[in-house]
Amino acid sequence: MKSRSGSLYSLPLTTWISLFFLVPMLIVFVYSFLARETGGGVRWEFDLSAYAEIFRQTASGSFIYLDIVGYTLIMAVSATLLTILIALPCAYYIARSKNNTLLLFLVIIPFWVNFMIRIYAWVAILGQSGILNESLLAMGVLKEPIQFLFNDYAVLVVLVYTNLPFAILPLFTTIEKFDFGLLEAARDLGASHNRSLWSVLLPNIRGGLVTAVLFTFIPIFGTFAVPDVMGNSNVFMLGQLITSKLKFTGDYPMACSLSVLILLLSAAGLVVYTVYNNRQEQQHQVVIAEDEL
Amino acid sequence: MKGSEVRVENADKKFGDFHALKNVSLTIGKGEFFSLLGPSGCGKTTLLRIIAGFEDPSSGSVFLDTTDVLPLAPNERHVNTVFQNYALFPHLTVFENIAFPLRLKKLLKADIQEKVTHYLQLVHLVGHENKKPNQLSGGQKQRVAIARALINEPSVLLLDEPLSALDAKLRHQLLVDLDLIHDKIGITFIYVTHDQSEALSVSDRIAVMNEGRVLQIGTPFEIYEAPADTFVAKFIGETNVMDGVITAHVDNRYTIDTDSLGPIMVTSDRYFEVGHRVRHAIRPEKIDITKEKPLGLPEDFNIFHGKVSETVYSGFQSQFYVETDESPQFKVYQQHESYLERGPAIRWTDEVYLNWDADDGYIVELI
Repeated sequence: MKSRSGSLYSLPLTTWISLFFLVPMLIVFVYSFLARETGGGVRWEFDLSAYAEIFRQTASGSFIYLDIVGYTLIMAVSATLLTILIALPCAYYIARSKNNTLLLFLVIIPFWVNFMIRIYAWVAILGQSGILNESLLAMGVLKEPIQFLFNDYAVLVVLVYTNLPFAILPLFTTIEKFDFGLLEAARDLGASHNRSLWSVLLPNIRGGLVTAVLFTFIPIFGTFAVPDVMGNSNVFMLGQLITSKLKFTGDYPMACSLSVLILLLSAAGLVVYTVYNNRQEQQHQVVIAEDEL
Repeated sequence: MKGSEVRVENADKKFGDFHALKNVSLTIGKGEFFSLLGPSGCGKTTLLRIIAGFEDPSSGSVFLDTTDVLPLAPNERHVNTVFQNYALFPHLTVFENIAFPLRLKKLLKADIQEKVTHYLQLVHLVGHENKKPNQLSGGQKQRVAIARALINEPSVLLLDEPLSALDAKLRHQLLVDLDLIHDKIGITFIYVTHDQSEALSVSDRIAVMNEGRVLQIGTPFEIYEAPADTFVAKFIGETNVMDGVITAHVDNRYTIDTDSLGPIMVTSDRYFEVGHRVRHAIRPEKIDITKEKPLGLPEDFNIFHGKVSETVYSGFQSQFYVETDESPQFKVYQQHESYLERGPAIRWTDEVYLNWDADDGYIVELI
């Protein structure tokens, strides 16, 4: 007998996702097309001015919002690349280590501490009278303390730090399933050590790489707290911009249109990847067709 | 000759407390089909991995012809390996797998196409070049692995239990194919296996290994007919082993008073003295089993009386377990062709006579 209780069992999940994910998304989407009410909130009439505002150019020819989008993209791409570059050897090492349970535990431990506390811990490390400055002064490397905080590098360091586990974990899971005998086979067939990693390991853990990129890029692209605490107060990332629109100017349509923009840009990455994947498959089939002629 | 001589000198390998190889020395000739045979954990795979470059010996040296290969990385040795689990690259097609070594060398596309096609023909895989490994059967995967290992034209091909994951019939066919390929390209093959019948059937020479030591090196005939010690005698084929004391000898004819059967006669070209305690072995297929007491046998035949305690019918032959008057169990194999001519079938609990020529018995070693 085929059970029909499947929809019943999935009801809690369906309800949860509908209430707390789909409905808010819908609200954001609808609000982005409404007019701004002075003093906060929205007026229920169709209005595209929030979107027009994104592309507005000042008299001097600079784009206020698009520049922020560009800056956010550069920061997010750099942070994601750095995160993957650090996470990859880390995950590889953990996957090959006998102590991988312990090492994974160490990766996860920081989650036991509140996110904001971990960010402020970095202030304590990098600040003018922080551990780093004090140590460098004590060792005589520096004569005067340096301001490590409030610049893009500080933001990148902390973004990489907070997102590393989200890259390490999916990479570890795929590398752990990888047959390391394949690397020996590649060496045997004439590949150098690095070449075997490049042509055999990387293609076979592509799934994990994509997950790691998505898991880090998407949160970083919308990040608010890290640039707010660590960054230069003269530049905004998109997340900060949205927060300020909500908190300080009460410009709901603007905040919502920017949120839709983040969503579209993040989704665009996924679409590009899917198209690229399909094309590779098609090319492959073309090769097969040619060979059969 | 395209193959290389492989010389291993005093190779020793320890993994922590585990002594995997104990002072192993052997020389494998150019173009030889050489097998390393032994139970799991005997060190045969370790020795192979040392030759391939995946492990370094704790001490000792390895030469390919006159080149000391220990300083060389695996990709710098003119040696290729067929791995036990095939180790095909799952993201590449059959063609791309076989072309992998050529693409590393940056050969021209047309040359790659030509060479890969040649090797696809050699292993009978034409028509499968665009399949991914997961679309292939076990036998096909193994043939891809063989083609991929051969395409670099190595001077030595290492095979690490290449057939162990295949079913018996396919295994036999691939073994014959391997032998044909070896005859065709003439390079040195080093074949690691725990299956004595595989080793016996295709090897020029075999090294029998156990617990990190090489116990005997010889042709399949020598290994089977003149095993160097009890382990080799028992590991290769079946055998009946009896211990006893030498009571007399005339020239190369010895009489041994065995613990289980009493006096038996045996021929040995090695010299033993009266009073030596030795181990005697006789292969089950060399014993004749009859229901009637055989008459008119030459005087150097051993004859014993017993009772069949178990029969195992296996098509081309029957195996009998015979309880003699003094000894618990004796294995006897009888080929069916001649067995049918010999009269009524021998059945369970039948009284039988066993006899064998003293020349077929063998003194394994002093004990």
